[in-house]
Amino acid sequence: MRTRLFFGGAAATVVAGYAATWAVGNEYYLYAGYTVLQYVALATAWNLLGGYAGYVNFGAAGFFAAGTYAAVALEKATGWPLPALLPAAAAVGGLLGLGAGYLTLRLRGVYFAIATLALAIVLETTMANWDYVGGAAGAFVVRPREAPLFASYIAWLFWLMLVIAVFSVCVARTVETSRLGRGLGAIRGDERAAESAGVPTLRLKLIATTLSGALMALAGAPLVYYTSYVDPPSAFNLEYAVNAVAMPMIGGTMTWAGPVVGAVLLGALQQAATVTVSSELNLLIVGAVLIAFVIAAPEGIVGLARRLLARRR
Amino acid sequence: MSGALIAVEAATRRFGGFVALDRVSLSVAPGERLGLIGPNGSGKTTLIDCIAGAQFADSGRVLFDSRDVTRLPAHRRARLGIARSFQIPRPFAGMTVLENVSVPLEYAAGLRGRGRVARAAREVLGLVGLADRANDGAGALTQVDMRKLELARALAARPRALIVDEAMAGLAHAEVDDILDILRRFNDDGIAVVMIEHIMRAVMGFSERVAVLDAGRLIAEGSPEATMRHPDVERAYLGE
Repeated sequence: MRTRLFFGGAAATVVAGYAATWAVGNEYYLYAGYTVLQYVALATAWNLLGGYAGYVNFGAAGFFAAGTYAAVALEKATGWPLPALLPAAAAVGGLLGLGAGYLTLRLRGVYFAIATLALAIVLETTMANWDYVGGAAGAFVVRPREAPLFASYIAWLFWLMLVIAVFSVCVARTVETSRLGRGLGAIRGDERAAESAGVPTLRLKLIATTLSGALMALAGAPLVYYTSYVDPPSAFNLEYAVNAVAMPMIGGTMTWAGPVVGAVLLGALQQAATVTVSSELNLLIVGAVLIAFVIAAPEGIVGLARRLLARRR
Repeated sequence: MSGALIAVEAATRRFGGFVALDRVSLSVAPGERLGLIGPNGSGKTTLIDCIAGAQFADSGRVLFDSRDVTRLPAHRRARLGIARSFQIPRPFAGMTVLENVSVPLEYAAGLRGRGRVARAAREVLGLVGLADRANDGAGALTQVDMRKLELARALAARPRALIVDEAMAGLAHAEVDDILDILRRFNDDGIAVVMIEHIMRAVMGFSERVAVLDAGRLIAEGSPEATMRHPDVERAYLGE
């Protein structure tokens, strides 16, 4: 019943988003909305491993940009349209997640976090030296002027990112309510005890890194169509890595709703600050909000709301 | 030895130059109650780690139900029927008590279906006296309830052998009796119990047979009374 309600809501969101692209007069809102939705997708993907299994990945920017560059390379090689590039980008991210997981998952805690950060740096250096995708000079994609069925190309991109975000949330909720989700929760709780309760910890962690990596790359795949130009410093921007960690922490890491709430709030706040004050303020905002939450509500907004509701009852 | 549920054959475990287990051979019959005692650092936990799969023996073999499990990872052994509780309780924090017990039911015992798992979990919690804590967070339990949760989680794996590592350390007299009662009921259902314990009253009263480790070697084995009179055991515990 609740499952049917959830997926009904997800489908309704996608439809309503399409209607909204026609209703919104000012294209700025679509540009800003795209960025917020991109963070919903990224934060949700991060939470699959970081929230459910308790493995903090600081290399989100690496997986995200891997998706971007997979799209850039494949577009250059084949000339395929964007929707056809998405599965390929997700596959690259998934494989990367699987490989990185295999190499690093024997590390726990802060060592795993350091290893993932290093992975992002290695990837960035590799892209900066790969001339086919522009190297350090960056890559251009000529963006079509219009998209059929949509008012403008940005309306199409906005809606596409909405579909990606909703899809990611659907994957996260499916994992969360499944046997896999409970196994990952046991790993987060205590890995040795999980193992002795029959949980194949290594296999479950590899599934989580693969899914998480694939979804992060999926969120990054349309980036070059949004900006029409990417270079390694912009695709591997620290902001992605920091937001991917901070947004689920602020929203709450235990449920699918947490990253969504965190990404919408923090993402909207950053967009507002970019317009009204300066885009340089973004990371400062993240830092300040994160510190406030670590002190006042370490279980995030969703956890806090649940606690308050439980107390009222 | 044929018919043994667990058979450890000349298991050796080294940490650098330190020999934690020195060619230890030990067997446990189906449904048996075995006490494992020895001074601190004598290798008791290392031995059960090698049996349950948290560590692997460097040489020698571990058989479970005549199957060689020496190199099998812990989660596979849990599925075969070896369950253990930890000396320091390791609850899955962030999960409720009921969810804690559901994990081994789903993974080790292979139970499927939400309703079925929840029913079985409540049943297990009833057996250890935690039924009314089912929806509490596992991190908020008292010390004795946390020990009970350890046992409940081990039982939920539907084991044939249960290894309890100091499940009673630090508990009050009545609480020790509580835990012993629970273990006796498990044993009545045919589960072999291997008990590591420093509380002599508990381990001597519970065990049919006692094995004594000292400095990584098995120095004595037999009935509780005979073992405690063994001169090597007196020396290990009381000194020369």
